[in-house]
Amino acid sequence: MVCRSHILICNGTGCVASKSPEIMAKLNEHLAANGIEKEVKIVKTGCFGLCEKGPIMVIYPEGATYCHVSPDDVEEIVNEHLVKGRIVKRLLLGDKDAEDVAKSLENVGFFARQQRVALRNCGVINPENIDEYIARDGYAALAKAVTEMTPQQVIDEIKKSGLRGRGGAGFPTGLKWQFAAQEVNDQKYVCCNADEGDPGAFMDRSVLEGDPHTVLEAMAIAGYAIGSNQGYIYVRAEYPIAVQRLKIAIDQAREYGLLGKNIFGTNFSFDVDIRLGAGAFVCGEETALMTSIEGKRGEPRTRPPFPAVKGLWEKPTILNNVETYANIPMILLKGAEWFASIGTEKSKGTKVFAVGGNINNTGLVEIPMGTTLREVIYDIGGGIPKGKAFKAAQTGGPSGGCIPAQHLDTPIDYDNLIALGSMMGSGGLIVMDEDNCMVDIAKFFLEFTVDESCGKCPPCRIGTKRMHEILERITEGKGEEGDIEKLETLAESIKQGALCGLGQTAPNPVLSTLRYFRDEYEAHVKEKRCPAGVCKAMLNFSIIPEKCKGCSLCAKKCPVGAISGEIKKPYVIDTAKCIKCGVCMDSCKFAAIEKK
Amino acid sequence: MKSIEELKAIKERALKEISIRENENKVRIVVGMATCGIAAGAKGVMSAFIEELNKRNIQDVTVSMTGCIGICRHEPIAEVYEANGEKTTYIKLDAEKARRIVAEHIVNQQPVIEFTIGAAEK
Repeated sequence: MVCRSHILICNGTGCVASKSPEIMAKLNEHLAANGIEKEVKIVKTGCFGLCEKGPIMVIYPEGATYCHVSPDDVEEIVNEHLVKGRIVKRLLLGDKDAEDVAKSLENVGFFARQQRVALRNCGVINPENIDEYIARDGYAALAKAVTEMTPQQVIDEIKKSGLRGRGGAGFPTGLKWQFAAQEVNDQKYVCCNADEGDPGAFMDRSVLEGDPHTVLEAMAIAGYAIGSNQGYIYVRAEYPIAVQRLKIAIDQAREYGLLGKNIFGTNFSFDVDIRLGAGAFVCGEETALMTSIEGKRGEPRTRPPFPAVKGLWEKPTILNNVETYANIPMILLKGAEWFASIGTEKSKGTKVFAVGGNINNTGLVEIPMGTTLREVIYDIGGGIPKGKAFKAAQTGGPSGGCIPAQHLDTPIDYDNLIALGSMMGSGGLIVMDEDNCMVDIAKFFLEFTVDESCGKCPPCRIGTKRMHEILERITEGKGEEGDIEKLETLAESIKQGALCGLGQTAPNPVLSTLRYFRDEYEAHVKEKRCPAGVCKAMLNFSIIPEKCKGCSLCAKKCPVGAISGEIKKPYVIDTAKCIKCGVCMDSCKFAAIEKK
Repeated sequence: MKSIEELKAIKERALKEISIRENENKVRIVVGMATCGIAAGAKGVMSAFIEELNKRNIQDVTVSMTGCIGICRHEPIAEVYEANGEKTTYIKLDAEKARRIVAEHIVNQQPVIEFTIGAAEK
């Protein structure tokens, strides 16, 4: 049955948290009440990317995009839009006064600058319906590979495309496949890294939630290319929606015979199973991930031998990240030349970034490699809230670093980010404004690595702990002369001595903030001052007598009774009692309280 | 899945379902569904459009609704918008007339002159 209207509603984790299931239930109820439930189809989709404006709903054929939809809006949407054909303008994304829907989106830079390859189906299809994936050329790449191409031709095509691993290090994918294909063995494995441990990164989750079949299809293609019949997806148990949709997708693919024996009537057989991780950061490291799949404690081991030679259960194995796989079917369908035409000289294609922090449009964006940071933050991301100044962007999570304002116009690709002392990582991009203290940020990321260090090798286990202790001292105003140099020495030793990539990159947040914001460290250590006003130990709140009207509001709000005075005369803060919570500053109507 | 033909068959079937989500310039049939339209029977007219398009397997035409067009005495009204923006206004419709519009105007590209507002207001 073809319906006259489709209501697409985001069911990614973000929108589910802001009540999209409740909205769907209400839609069903109101459509039935109007007797139009058979004409209108409700489609639950994956992430549209604009998480900040969620829950997002798109109604076709008009293409009306509604944002911040609440369950209370549903009745109006049904009665106005679906029964009477009148767009509910107040909920439109973009220009609410535009004459028509298309015009309302004209000035929404968020979508205009993006180029969606890996996210092509997210927010467009129902991830729990394999037919919708097939309608958008799903499994056509697998069909082409197994019926028209030799395994070597598949590998050559991926090599020619210039695709590099999207999980962090950027190793050429085709080369990785070639190494595994060369090995002679009775059993090989194809693994998918869906462990996504970087704080702030959620593109892999969104692909799995919005388009799980693309990962299955790409894994089967990889299996055909290297000669493997079994794949494993290692996904963290903290992603329940992604796991659920993957399970549904695997069942549907098996039912259609797109996974299983003799796919498309050929000799090629391939199946996929899911392995759940408990959410340890280190299990995103390839050797630790495979050890964990084997059922052992997730700890890395030395390389070589590389997984392509001895991986899972000591068999040749390839491991690629979710986003890397999401690009594969498109490369086979549209050709390596098409893919290589996007991006920069050494970084081809697009990259998905999870943009968060102090930015207006929090969400997922997919841009061609070589787009500048400025375009991502200002044109797509909508700039910094409250008109504050940009200070730095953190990329690459706990293994990456901060990029300051003077490098905003650098085209983003693997090599440029490394040159700036950061890295691509999995694509987390956290924006910081003038109110962020860079020492505090470095401490935050180091705290994460200290917590997540698996403890196998001393440089990471002990070294990061010592670095964290020094940073704690500095932010508490107890920094000593020589601390900065000690941090640098420790950082270099850890980089050289740690066993796996996570340990080797753990000092990066400290090194990159030292590189660009050394003056902030020095202010903390030498002047016992936090220039951004974040480190509480070094702050003092005081009332400016000339501005204070003596209204007593701050004294009433103060949770510890540290403010006293007489009505209509300037009040004073007792710094011995003050816990530096900032409530007085927020409540003062005359801006009479300052922190220094 | 034993052959590419099977995959193609599924694709054709599913594409029909989701073609409504393509934001291209398509032929649109817009039915007036304000109180006046509904009272005059617009609901049945719209259902007839949808059914006939489905029966004929026509995917590149969308059916949507609009409010009061302002000539309530002529309801039920439907307007056919061509991809180039040209518009034909049909009035005093019923299910049978809707099916003829699909057959003659949409399929054979011959507007049904006798149902148009131009013919009625002569």
